[in-house]
Amino acid sequence: MAIFFIFIFLPFLSAILVPFLYKYLNRLVHTGWFVLLAPLFILIYLLQYIPSIAAGETYQYTLSWIPTLGINIVTYVDGLSLLFGLLISGVGVLVIIYSIFYMSKTREALHQFYVYLLLFMGAMLGLVFSDHLLVLYGFWELTSVSSFLLIAYWYERKSSRQGALKAMLITVIGGFGMLAGFIMLIMMADTYSIREIIAQVDVIQNHALFIPAMLCILLGAFTKSAQFPFGIWLPDAMEAPTPVSAYLHSATMVKAGIYLVARTTPIFGGSSVWFWLVAGVGVITLLYGSLSALRQTDLKALLAYSTISQLGLIMSLLGVGSLAVYFGPGEKGSLFTVATFAALFHLFNHSTFKGSLFMVVGIIDHETGKRDIRYLSGLMQVLPVTFTIAMVGAFSMAGLPPFNGFLSKEMFFAAMTELTHVSAFGLDRLGLIFPVIAWIASVFTFVYCMIFVFKTFGGKFHPEKLTRKVHEASFGMLFAPIVLCLFVVLTFFFPNVLGKYILIPALTSVLPMMPISSTDLKISAWHGINTELLMTIGVVVLGFLLFRTAKRWIRLFRNYPQTLTLNHLFNKALPSMEKRAASLTNRYMTGSLRHYLSYIFSFFVMLLLGSLLLNYGLKFDFSNDASITLFDAGLVLVMLIAALTVLLTNHRVVAIVALGAVGYMVSMFFVIFRAPDLALTQMVVETVTTVLFLLCFYHLPKLKKDIERIPFKLSNLIISISVGLTVTLLALSANGHKLFEPITAFFERAYELAGAKNIVNAILVDFRGFDTMLEISVLTIAGLGVYVLIHQRSKRRKQDETE
Amino acid sequence: METLIILLVGVLVSIGTYLILSRRLLRIVLGASLISHAVNLLLITSGGLKTGSAPLLSERTQQFTDAIPQALILTAIVINFAVTALVLVLGYRAYQSFGSDDMEQLRGNEYE
Repeated sequence: MAIFFIFIFLPFLSAILVPFLYKYLNRLVHTGWFVLLAPLFILIYLLQYIPSIAAGETYQYTLSWIPTLGINIVTYVDGLSLLFGLLISGVGVLVIIYSIFYMSKTREALHQFYVYLLLFMGAMLGLVFSDHLLVLYGFWELTSVSSFLLIAYWYERKSSRQGALKAMLITVIGGFGMLAGFIMLIMMADTYSIREIIAQVDVIQNHALFIPAMLCILLGAFTKSAQFPFGIWLPDAMEAPTPVSAYLHSATMVKAGIYLVARTTPIFGGSSVWFWLVAGVGVITLLYGSLSALRQTDLKALLAYSTISQLGLIMSLLGVGSLAVYFGPGEKGSLFTVATFAALFHLFNHSTFKGSLFMVVGIIDHETGKRDIRYLSGLMQVLPVTFTIAMVGAFSMAGLPPFNGFLSKEMFFAAMTELTHVSAFGLDRLGLIFPVIAWIASVFTFVYCMIFVFKTFGGKFHPEKLTRKVHEASFGMLFAPIVLCLFVVLTFFFPNVLGKYILIPALTSVLPMMPISSTDLKISAWHGINTELLMTIGVVVLGFLLFRTAKRWIRLFRNYPQTLTLNHLFNKALPSMEKRAASLTNRYMTGSLRHYLSYIFSFFVMLLLGSLLLNYGLKFDFSNDASITLFDAGLVLVMLIAALTVLLTNHRVVAIVALGAVGYMVSMFFVIFRAPDLALTQMVVETVTTVLFLLCFYHLPKLKKDIERIPFKLSNLIISISVGLTVTLLALSANGHKLFEPITAFFERAYELAGAKNIVNAILVDFRGFDTMLEISVLTIAGLGVYVLIHQRSKRRKQDETE
Repeated sequence: METLIILLVGVLVSIGTYLILSRRLLRIVLGASLISHAVNLLLITSGGLKTGSAPLLSERTQQFTDAIPQALILTAIVINFAVTALVLVLGYRAYQSFGSDDMEQLRGNEYE
């Protein structure tokens, strides 16, 4: 058990070592050779799982992490995770070998490159082997972060930084959506484990959160796997070094979304929403990607769009395959089981040929200094080996025999035509759309594959257009793509070996409810003349015609208005969002104290008055009121007049004196309310305050000393009246509604408890002495503050004078 | 009597709020002082008014007025005084540094 975790976390462990190796050994040996060990060991370790997994066994290992919250690193090894694990480690080995010859030992910061790459590899392995939803999410985000770091590897380039930012924004938004979906799943099934959730699928399907959870999880899968319309980050991610593009953006990371869809198919598979979203979006992405690829002149951008297109193909096959869950075991269901099988098959094929194609572009870039097909031609003569690799890869992608792409494309057509015979989910009316779109997209796929091969390698060689002297790449660089090409060809001739040992176990984990026999799922290159073959012949014929006449119509594509592309929309949307946010903030964050106070007062009024009215809190009870004497009424009147004078006076001294009058009236009230201590304190404090006010007034600016009225503002008036009204209504409602008897009776025992006859003073210094202590602190701090404010000033003035 | 005092408190709060919303620093301090007076009155009203003699045990009566609000208000008065003094000196310093007591001129939403 521990060995499994050591192997899975081997990339993280070696990522720690890489900087040290780089520092001490890079002068002697390229750091990549050490890094190579990690995926190599993982690959060898995972290979020995193949026989037992093929025999139908599964393995589960648990590493406890936060056991009190039920969060443990649970790994589950079954066919699907093993397929991905082998792809990640296998392509990882090849990509690292390639990068050893691609990345310069002296010019590049190799330690950063390999740390990021190993982080990514570890995250990806963790992702596919996780059975725990939250741990899966953690690794998912780690792949986003490490991909971000790798795209911006040449961080001094602006386009790299922008590409990284775009990829980060889009995949992380999707990741958050996915997290929400996961949490809903966890709530529905009350477990974190994917397998336990699958076991409770009957409960989940009738839950209200079923569709929201599905949509959220699909958002995550679609953003990561660059489906329409979220695919725009992938072409920009081509700013990364080519080994990264080959590894992350063709073989592994972009397939994380595919993995997620395949993994959750047993949960969501039977629903029509799932079918239409996965298959529909997949087919749209397929068409969109293949059309956009035609427009590109940059080889890597062309491959990026072709990746989008092929991912759409796999996604649509998964969608069609989910019909198997709907129909269940039986003849109809097993027809669509083949579709899922085709998805997994094409997933493997795509990783092989797309990886080799990216490496080919890397070699061309490395040897000629150009990636633009307008500058490249006739490389066949100078780069014969590279040409062969490119041809194998591209023909496989186009779906030609004798390459593995042919087999999966045939199966794809078969699955799509099968849809026309289905009478569920409204497919009896719309079923024809799928094979038609798929066929059109395949024609364009064929055309861009031909463009890729023959525009770069065909025609005359023009060395004067190129900056470097061109010669064939070193064997080390060619090794990895050659191995991938071998897989492309071998898979065509011996597809059933792969099928039996890897793909069928994977299929069993995607569709656990289906009886799967290896005899039904024999892949055969030739199965008579049928619809699929005729469609492929049609693709080749029409594609060839279109390629030959490309000069005439390709301009149509290149002149497609840039303003209508999704990329343009995204690039425009981001600054406009920033601008709107800024203008909104500037509109209310005015910097004016008066505005902020208005917000505070308005909120206070709305909240309190609103809750008072809504909760029927307005109840008045005047029965316990004390009587009003003439003397009281006189005091109130004097106080009102004084307060109004403060408000309305033209002169500041008058205002200050009127405020003093209010204070003295308060003290008079304290007298008649039988509060002698208060009256004393109020009198003294009011006197000192008035003196302070006058002192302050004396120092006011000469310029502004002119006597002026306060300008009248209606909004201020409304706010202040409503504040007063709120206070009055609240106080009136509270008054006369005593919930319980006051506790004053206790304090009236002041003499026996504290030896004091003045109850107020006993409370202040004995019963509640803490208040008094802190109040003294307040006074002290205020005094110190006043001293510092005045003293600091004079000190600085002295300094200014001496200077 | 309580109702009358509460109405008075409402008027004082209104006037105080209006003053706080004005531009001159001094008026803002005046408004704050008015509101604190109003709050003190409200506090003492909440204990009930004129229900007995002053809370001095030497009075030897059956009933005293509520002593707790009085203790609270005493604390509040002192704290309010401290804060008012500090704000006044702060305003004085602000005038010395910036040459203005106009809150519209003292606003700061530029890059500081």
